[in-house]
This record gives sequence, C-alpha cells and structure tokens, in this order.
Amino acid sequence: MELNQVCYETLRFDEPWTLANYRKIGGYQVWERILRERPDPASIVDEVKKSGLRGRGGAGFPTGVKWSFMPKSDPSPYKHLVCNSDESEPGTCKDRDILRFNPHALVEGMAIACYAMRSELGYNYLRGEFMDEPYGRFDQALKEAYNEGLLGKNIRRSGVNVDLHAVLGAGAYICGEETGLLESLEGKKGMPRFKPPFPAQYGVWGRPTTVNNTETLASVPTILHKGSEWFMKLGKDEKNGGTKIFSVSGHVNKPGNYEVSLGVPFTELFELAGGMRFGKKLKAVIPGGSSVPVLPAAQILAATMDYDGIQKVGSMLGSGAVIVMDEDTCMVKVLERLSRFYYAESCGQCTPCREGTGWLYRAVSRIEHGRGRMEDLDKLVDLSHHIEGHTICALGDAASMPVWSFIKHFRDEFEYHVREHRCLVGPGAVRGELAA
Amino acid sequence: MNTEEARERLGQPVCDEIDSWVAKFPAGQSRSASIAALRAVQHVGGGYLSVESMDAVAAYLGLEPIAVYEVASFYSMLETSPVGRHSVSVCTNISCMLCGGEDILLHIERKLNIKVGESTSDKRIFLKREEECLAACVQAPMMMVDHVYYTNLTPEKVDQILDNLE
Repeated sequence: MELNQVCYETLRFDEPWTLANYRKIGGYQVWERILRERPDPASIVDEVKKSGLRGRGGAGFPTGVKWSFMPKSDPSPYKHLVCNSDESEPGTCKDRDILRFNPHALVEGMAIACYAMRSELGYNYLRGEFMDEPYGRFDQALKEAYNEGLLGKNIRRSGVNVDLHAVLGAGAYICGEETGLLESLEGKKGMPRFKPPFPAQYGVWGRPTTVNNTETLASVPTILHKGSEWFMKLGKDEKNGGTKIFSVSGHVNKPGNYEVSLGVPFTELFELAGGMRFGKKLKAVIPGGSSVPVLPAAQILAATMDYDGIQKVGSMLGSGAVIVMDEDTCMVKVLERLSRFYYAESCGQCTPCREGTGWLYRAVSRIEHGRGRMEDLDKLVDLSHHIEGHTICALGDAASMPVWSFIKHFRDEFEYHVREHRCLVGPGAVRGELAA
Repeated sequence: MNTEEARERLGQPVCDEIDSWVAKFPAGQSRSASIAALRAVQHVGGGYLSVESMDAVAAYLGLEPIAVYEVASFYSMLETSPVGRHSVSVCTNISCMLCGGEDILLHIERKLNIKVGESTSDKRIFLKREEECLAACVQAPMMMVDHVYYTNLTPEKVDQILDNLE
C-alpha cells in the first residue's frame, strides 16, 4: 500500500516544510498555471467535483458542490474562504502535521480555492494551542509565498488578487463548528449560528463565506496537478474517492497519522499501526473521532475505511481519528471521560445540550463510581435521543452518539457496574466472570 | 478610558502587536482582533487578565467592556484570575487517557503538591484544568507547557521538564 501521496507527500524529505522541498513535488505549479492562463473559475470547481473530494473535517460534504454555493459575482475582497484548522475532535491530529510538515500545500490550496470561488481574501483559523509550531510554520510559509510573489494584489501582473492571513483561537472545541468558528473570527464567543442562512450567503462579517477543513484544502493542489481522475481512482469509487489521513491512536504498537487510500480494509490500517500493544485483544474502535458511534471488534474488523464502508457497520468516518481500545479498557470509564468533555465544551446556548450534556455526564459518572441504578441505562439512551437533532449545531449529536452506542454495544459492562459496583475489566475486575 | 489612556496602560509593544492583528482584518472589523489582543496582554501581564487590562483592550479596540469580558471568560486559554508563571496543561482526553495521561497528571499533582486548577505556592507553576484534546493523539500521553507541546511522556521526562522551569 502506498502511503503519503497527497497531503503528506513532502514527508519523505528531511525538512518537509520548506518551500524548496514543496517545489520538488511540483508545488505551486498549479497556482502558477492559473495565474498565467486565468481559466474559468467554474472549470476548477468542476475538476474538484469530479475528483470525489469530500470534506475531511468530519461531515464529508462534497467539496466542489460546497464551492459552487458561493455567489458567482465578480472576484471581490468581500467574499471569503476560511480554512478550519481548529482541529479539536478528540483523537484527531492530522491537520497539525499538515501545518507542521507541508504548510505550503495548504497555502497553495487556499489560493486556488479563493480563485475558484472568486474570493480575494482568505483566513486560516488555527486553534490557539497551535500557536507555537503549527502556526509558526504556516505563517512562515505565508511570508515565503508573499516573498515569491505568489500572493497579494495583481499577482505577477495577472490581475488576480489573493490575500491570505493566519489567525488563532484561544481554546474552545465549539470553534471547530463552522459558524462557531466564524463568530470567533469576528472576535466573539464561539457560539454557533442558526442556519439558514448558510455561510455561503451570510458568513464572516455577513459576507459570503466558505469554510473548508485543512486536509481538504491541502489536497487540492495535488488533485489539480495530477488530475481529478488520478485522485478519485486512488480511492474506492466516486463517492469514496482519493486518500484520507487516519490518526490511529490508543492501544496500538505504532500510533501515527497514516495517509492511505479510502477503502482500505481496517485490518490493513491496523497492521500499519503495528497491531495491538502488549499482545492484547482488540475490544473496540471509535473510527472517526470521539463523536461517532463506537464499534465492537467484530464489526470494525470486517469494515473498509471509507464513508460507505464505515456507515455500513453502523458508524461514521468523521475526521478519520481511529481510537483503538484493548480488552482491558473499561467502557464505562471511557464514556465518563467523553461525556465530561462534551459537558465542558457545550457553549450553553441550546437548552437540550447545555442541560442534557450535564445530565449525561452525571449519570454515567454515577454508574462508573458504583452508584448507578439499572433504570439509568434506558434513561441515558432516551435522553441522548432527546438531545440529538434538537440543537443548533452538531455538538448535541456528538455528545449523544457515544452514549447510546456505548450502551448498545457494551450494555453488559454497564449493568455489571450497576450491579457489582465495580469494573468488569481491567485492574479491579474479577476475572472469569466475563465467561459466566 | 479613552484610546490614549488605553495605549498608555497597555504599553507600545502590546499596542503594536494588536495593530498587526487589526491589519489582518477588513477596515472597521477591529473587534476581530479581540482574542489576539487579550492573548498579547495576558503574555505581558503575568499570565492573566485583570479587569483594568480588559477595559484597556476594550477602549483601544473601541468596544464595550462586556464584549471583551465575555470573550475572556469563554476561551480556556484566557485566564481572568492570577495564576502561576508557567502554565502546564496535561491532556487526559480519550487517546491520552488510554495511554496513561491520567497517571501523568497524578504524578504532577503529587510532585507539585497541588490539584489540577491550582498554582504552586511559589507561583512557579499553574496546573491548568484541561478538558480538551490538544491534537497530538498519536504521541500520547502529552502536555503543553507555555504553548510548547511535550509528547510521549514518562514520569521521568515530566520531572525533567518541570524541574527546568524557572
């Protein structure tokens, strides 16, 4: 299996982030051709549509289609591209490595996206915690691109204007939600906006805006350089085209970011990550970041790693964060930690999420600490379904999916906690009772 | 407080930094620089934001003070009460938890004799309450010390890092 063909292509060099190394893989050739030939922006949108590229931040919306929602009026600085580098979905750390190791691919991808959407002003919003290395590398790449005359006004006398800036958040998971991010970019609390209107009509400062994920935008130069068909065929089919970076973390021997073809069997990705640590057995995997339903070993072992493949076994590809758990993992404890996270990160504007995430956390915590009641289990499932779909943004859904999926697949462990006031697995577990 | 008084309160270097952020945004959108302004003020202000410093930011950017207070209290990296000189955030979210992040946190709590959310009595270290995954999951367990990430932690490595903080 060939690794690192798109966003991580420069990783084969010693200093993968330099402009010189990016040039070696054909970097900026697409952008320079655009500046020379001034193609119809719609033709670029069509190429991206044909490539099958879908949003890599988690939602998986077709990128070219999203771009086509922007008004087709003349190029202007009053329409915006915003890159979402707020990477905060637990388990996900792929964008950080794009920013650190191939920042120029993102700069070029953003420039091309601006041109395709007739925008002259773009922003990359990085999470505040990225201010040292990732922000440093990306901002340096921006400076180099300006110095090379690849950004700015009337670039290389083409008549094309594109200005790009990097900005930082200050610590809030909710700012990864695109309208929360736009609020934050306006210098406000990151409270998601009610939609419609969608950002393509009313985005940052009330202007048409498109928000794309880092990996999505960093894929664009290679797609246009090598062709939409080449990219699509790296993957499984039209709906699952291209490559995807999977952040494999947890109980594996070689945790890491692996950029592989969409559609690879989970078992192959698992092998790349070195299999289970300490010779333990695989128990469960959260396949797409902490917000998607958990899958027991049997289901994930039979799955292929693509949008449809993961959906078929009952979860979602999400951000591509593959969190691996071994046989000694207490699922009640894991769910307690996740529930605390969503409770802490709820922005508080929708009642079902603000109150509901607290109820979820307290009930799971009660069970984990041996004070649970059997009726809590059905109540938790019922409550999670009352949050899901009843909030402005997807954080409510994100808080709910772990709850009902953990209880659905590992109900025996929750019941054991309630009944015996202790863990079924791990230290403190009574061995042998699992079989009985 | 007028703009001139705010400039005096903030000091020229901070004002210059705020101006560089304001320049990234379209004319009339200086509110967009509020997060960056608060970060700059916090860096020179002992690691936290006093009410006076937030008022100065508001005056400098031409905002109502409440617009700045609500930002300062919303974001986890902004502190509104005095804390230790060095900020230490240990990730205990899922990937780090699976790889011993909680043990790292416990080790630090015992070593420094403080609980998460507290600062050492000599004001050297602030052990931040960290709810969030810091996006270094494949190098777990990890922590952030004054914006720098330290990954694949062991208790020995943690000791070395913390002992070197002045």
